[in-house]
Order: sequence, then structure tokens, then C-alpha cells
Amino acid sequence: MDTTAKPQYDDGVVKYLAVGAITFLVLGTFLGTFAAAQLAWPVLNFDIAEITFARLRVMHTNTVIFAFGGMTLMATAYYTVQRTNGVRLWSNGMAWTNAILFTIGLLAVVLTISLGMTTGKEYHEQEWPLAIAIALVWTLYTLNFIMTIASRNKETHPNVYVSNWFFMGMMIAITYLYVVNGLAIPVSMFRSYSLFAGVQDAMIQWWWGHNAVGFFLTAGFLGIMYYFVPKQAQRPIYSYRLSVIHFWALMFGYVWLGAHHLQYTALPDWTGSLGAVISLAMIIPSWGGALNGMLTLSGAWDRLRTDYILRFLIIALAFYAMSTFEGPVMAAKTVNALSHYTDWTIGHVHSGALGWVAMISIGALYHMVMKLWNTDMYSMKLINFHFWLATIGTVFYIVAMWVSGIMQGLMWRAYDEYGTLAYTFAESVAAMHPYYVMRTVGGLLFFSGAVVMLYNVIMTIRMANAKETAAATANA
Amino acid sequence: MSDNQEPKNLQERLERNIFGLFMATALAVSIAGIVEIVPLFYLKDTVDYTEKTDKYGNVKNEKFPELVWERTFTQDTDGKLVSDKALYKQDRNGNWVIADWKAGDGVRPYTPLELAGRDLYLREGCYICHSQMIRPFRDERERYGHFSLATESMYDHPMQWGSKRTGPDLARLGGKYSDEWHVMHLLRPQDMVPESVMPAYPWLAENPVSEDFFGTERDMTERLSVMRTLGVPYTDEEIENANKAIEGYTEMDAMVAYLQVLGTMVKLDDSKSYRE
Repeated sequence: MDTTAKPQYDDGVVKYLAVGAITFLVLGTFLGTFAAAQLAWPVLNFDIAEITFARLRVMHTNTVIFAFGGMTLMATAYYTVQRTNGVRLWSNGMAWTNAILFTIGLLAVVLTISLGMTTGKEYHEQEWPLAIAIALVWTLYTLNFIMTIASRNKETHPNVYVSNWFFMGMMIAITYLYVVNGLAIPVSMFRSYSLFAGVQDAMIQWWWGHNAVGFFLTAGFLGIMYYFVPKQAQRPIYSYRLSVIHFWALMFGYVWLGAHHLQYTALPDWTGSLGAVISLAMIIPSWGGALNGMLTLSGAWDRLRTDYILRFLIIALAFYAMSTFEGPVMAAKTVNALSHYTDWTIGHVHSGALGWVAMISIGALYHMVMKLWNTDMYSMKLINFHFWLATIGTVFYIVAMWVSGIMQGLMWRAYDEYGTLAYTFAESVAAMHPYYVMRTVGGLLFFSGAVVMLYNVIMTIRMANAKETAAATANA
Repeated sequence: MSDNQEPKNLQERLERNIFGLFMATALAVSIAGIVEIVPLFYLKDTVDYTEKTDKYGNVKNEKFPELVWERTFTQDTDGKLVSDKALYKQDRNGNWVIADWKAGDGVRPYTPLELAGRDLYLREGCYICHSQMIRPFRDERERYGHFSLATESMYDHPMQWGSKRTGPDLARLGGKYSDEWHVMHLLRPQDMVPESVMPAYPWLAENPVSEDFFGTERDMTERLSVMRTLGVPYTDEEIENANKAIEGYTEMDAMVAYLQVLGTMVKLDDSKSYRE
């Protein structure tokens, strides 16, 4: 084999980020499961301020979305940008700085939220000193990524590959939305007041909030999909044309959707309706993208039987298609009137977050671990076991939330024969108990899967290192 | 792999020039904000026909006079911002109480104690389970009251509309229960509502509200003054006295003060159509 023709890549930082991501997956799903258990059995709050449900829930969302999701995005972006452009990172030192500071920053976010320092803006809870630090770290990431692409050899790699468009689009949109939504005036080191109030604040908040989903958790992970699905399936992506349409429609369209979180509120009707209409239209690019990924397997479907990593990637696309159908349905005003404020929303988010984001990440992480350490996995059977734990856990979770959400919505609006409300609010809370237990079980299954993954990856790395040491000793 | 011919169209040009692709993407993602958000700052009917009319924060209620508490702000000879009506004052017993405003007079800025309570509401993450936004449906009307108007959160930096009702909506909670009920409920929710899954907040009763994280001072003067920078009209005197106005109170007092003012500011008229 001619090894000199292959460029070397800066993979140390990718290894660090990959292992970090898996660790945060374990931590984040643990926090989530614990928070779920608190709603089933409130005694688990233990009267300790630092772990009351609301704080724990925010620690959970920040750990899974920004720590696990963020480190996965960084690991995969640094991994794929080198391979699709045939170059090393523009600055390996900057990538390490970015990776280490991001880890410290996210740990600080989780800790400060536990202490009660929060902006009170959903999905943007970290207070101003941390928000500024994170924005700067994010800029390092973006700059390094773009400059790596710019430094490619334009003779051998004239066109920038599609996964890079999605990664870059995600970076641009997140910077823009995060900074605008975060504008605030500090009143102390631990507290600031948002620049915006009332209805404008609500719209800006959800313009960011929905695009933490639309860009951070969708566009970025589509970048992952466009690289790892073809790689793992060993086939080119199904349609170039479809990916162009997918990309531009997503970049233009997703930003509009925030308004659908504010249907029937004090937000002017025109804004909410506009958000709902564009939400509906988003089915087309979303399904186009999901099909593009799935049809890449045309003629290779049999591989799903033997390739467990491919299973993760493909079930992720199935969940992506499902939740991008469910989303526009819930954005429609009549459905939203029922689903808003209920557990249905939580179920929808988790079908996207567990089914799509976590599954595609897990597939990509397994793939990367094998390539980065140049080895087989310690146990392929454990990957299959993880797959079933994750899938069944997700299904448990979603079904529990569908039932409880729709039931809540119906109970709140139910009338008896005298024309008075049929149920008190407390009765609707009591009716949720079995589903909150069921959700906890689903979360526990998913968390167990993450633990299995961490174990499998640690054993793989140890195995690879032992092999390397043995080889080195043999050579000496 | 790709053949190295001349680019045929814009897409191919962008694919070969990463900075071009960067600019085009940045443009694509910015349009929604310009169309959906920017107009909310200048379209007059966004905030139920209420308008701020001058730099002091004087509000003019054009269509619905009951919505916002009207008081006149002027500058005195020392350049201080004063008003004909006071938000809060010290009574004969030395307690800080609401002065010239009474429930139903319209939206007003929060008193220092209420604002401190609001900060605690955020700290404990109440918005994770409680909304403050009633929608215009029959069942919500009967359960919670008149639907919420944009004006009612015009001084809320940030808003607390929420997105989830694990517990009930709190937009019109004020006055529905006694202060004692709230204290007992926050100490042991299941004693008051057996089905409740709400955590208990016993530390609220123990901590003085004047203390913030790590024993630092909760500087209400600074907080009111920042609020004024953001457009919430306080007089200079109100800002100066803000720290005194929370002296001696616990976090529980502040929290209850905030919960009890929710939804009591405006008395909405059922015969009027506030939203088109």
C-alpha cells in the first residue's frame, strides 16, 4: 500500500471530542432520566435546590443539546472537513483550544444552572459571561472550519462537498441567532436582563429556540448524514440535485419556523400564521433530504442485516422523516391549539432528539472510533444491543408522551353535560402518572444504551492501544 | 470525482468559492428575521394600540385607556426624573407599600420586591412548568381568565410566557389564593394539592432577599436602573430607594409578592375586542 500519497490528518482533537461527546451523552441522558423520574415521583427532588426538577431539566437540555450535540458536531466537522478537502486542519492548535474551552464552558454552564444562575430564556439559559465565552469559542470553530476549506488544493478538490455546506450553514445561523437572542445588560456577574421584552422578546426567543433545533440539531447533523451515510454504505449519495435543493430550502426556510411556537398567544396573528405556513412547506425539503439519505442504500439494503452502524444511521433517517412530518402537523393551528403546552411537544422533541440526532451521532461516532483508532470495535454484538436499547427506549418515550400529551389536551378542554369544565387541572396531573413512569423506563433504556456504548468504546481504545504497544515492542 | 471544468451556474460558482457560499448562506438565513421580527418593533398594533410617546417613558393609551398605568414623567430642576404619581412609598410604620397605583389601573413597572421575586421565579425555573400566556379559548377562559395581551408583558425583560403546562398557567394567578396559601404551597405543595408533582422550595423562607449568589448583595438599585435603560419607566427616587424597599424581607416574601401581582394590573373589559 502506498501510504505516502495519503495526507495525514489532525485526528488527536477529533479523538478527544468523540470520547467527550460519548461521555456527555451518558451524563445528559442520566440527568434526563432522573428529571423524568422526579415528575413521576416528586419526592426525588429531595428538597435540594440544586437538583429541583426545573434546574435539573435545564441541566439536562444543556448537556444533551449543547455539550453532547456540540462536541459531536465539532468532532464530525473536524473529521469530515479534512477528509472531504484532502487537507489537515487550518490550525490544529486552534482546534484544541476550541475543544478544551468548549468542554470547560459547557461544564460551567451545567454547574451555574444548578446553582440557579439563568437568563430565564429557554435554551439560552447560560448567563452573560459564559454566553460571551461560548460565542467566542464558537467563532474559533467556525473560523477554523472555513479556513480549512479555503486552504484546500483547488486542483484536486475544486468543489466543496455538500456535508461542508450544511456544517457551515449551521455555524453561521447559530452565531447570528445566539448573539441576537443573547443581547442583554448585566446587573451583576451572575445576572442580566434581556434587551427585549414581552412580545418582541417572545418572537426573538423562539426564533432562536426553534433554530437550536433547526440548525444546531438538524442542519449540522445533516452534514453528518451527508458524509457518514455514503461512507458507511460505501455508495455515493443518491442525488446531488436533491441535496442542493435540500440545502437552500433548509437555510432559507427553517429560520421562519419559530413563530409556530406562539400560535394563539399575544404574538400578532400574521406572524404565527406565516410561521405555520412555512412550517408546512418544510415537509418537502425535509423529506427530500431523508429520502436522499435512505435511497443512497438502493441496491445495498441487505447490508442492514449485518452492519449495525448502518442501522443506527438509517433508523435515524426514519425518525427524521417521522418528526419532520409531525412538526408541521403540530404547527397547524387547529392541532397546535390542542398540542401546545402539553407533553406532546416533549414527545415530538424527543423523537427528533433521541431518534434522529442521537442515533445519527451514535452511528457516526462508532464509525469514527473504528477509523480513528484503525481497529474493529471491541464488540459488534454490543453495538447491536445498544441499537435495540436505544430504539426501544425511544419508542417507549415517544408513545408515552403522545398518549399523555393528547390526553392532557383533551382533558383541559373537556366539558360535562352541564357545560362546565369536566376536570380540574390537578386531575389532569394525576392522570399523567403512569405515562411519566413509562417515560422514565424509556429514558432508562436509552441511558443504558449510552453506558454500553461508552464501555464498548473504552474497551476498543484500550484494545487498539494494547495492539499498538505490542507492535511497537515487536519492532524494537 | 469532479471534473475540473468551468463552473456552469451560480451553484457551481458558490461550491468553488467558500467565501461566496458563506455570504449567500448568511443572506438566506437572515431574511426570516427581517420579515418576521423587525416589523414587531414598529407595527403599531403589535402591542394592542399602546404607544410610548417620549424619552421619559410616558405612555399614551390611544385606543384602550385601561391597559397601561398613565403617569406623567418630567425632569425637575436638578435634572432628576420625577413623576406626578409614585409607584411605591414608605408608610407611617416604615413599611414600603404601593403608593398611587391600585389593581386594575393598568400595567406598571414592578416594585423592587416584586422584581426581586421575579428574579427568583427565573432562578427556580418556574417557567419550565408554568406558562404565563392564556390563549383565547373557552376552556382557558374558564380555567384561567381573559386571554393575555401583549401589553401585559411589555415591561418583562425577558418575557415568561413559557411553553409547557406541567402545572397550570399563572398569568392571572394574583389574588386567587391568599399569601398564606402560597407560603404553605411553596413549602409543601402536596399538602395543598395532593396530586401535585411540584418540588418544595423550603429555602425561600430561610434566605433574606437582599442576598444574592455567594452572599453578594442583590443590588435592586442597579437592577431598576438597568430596567430603566431598557425602557421601563422608574423615577430617580424609586431607583434610589430600591435597596431599602427589600430590606428585611425573605425570598419567600418576594416570590409571593410577585405571584400576587400576576394578572392584577389590567382589568380587561369583556365588551371590548382587544385583538383583531
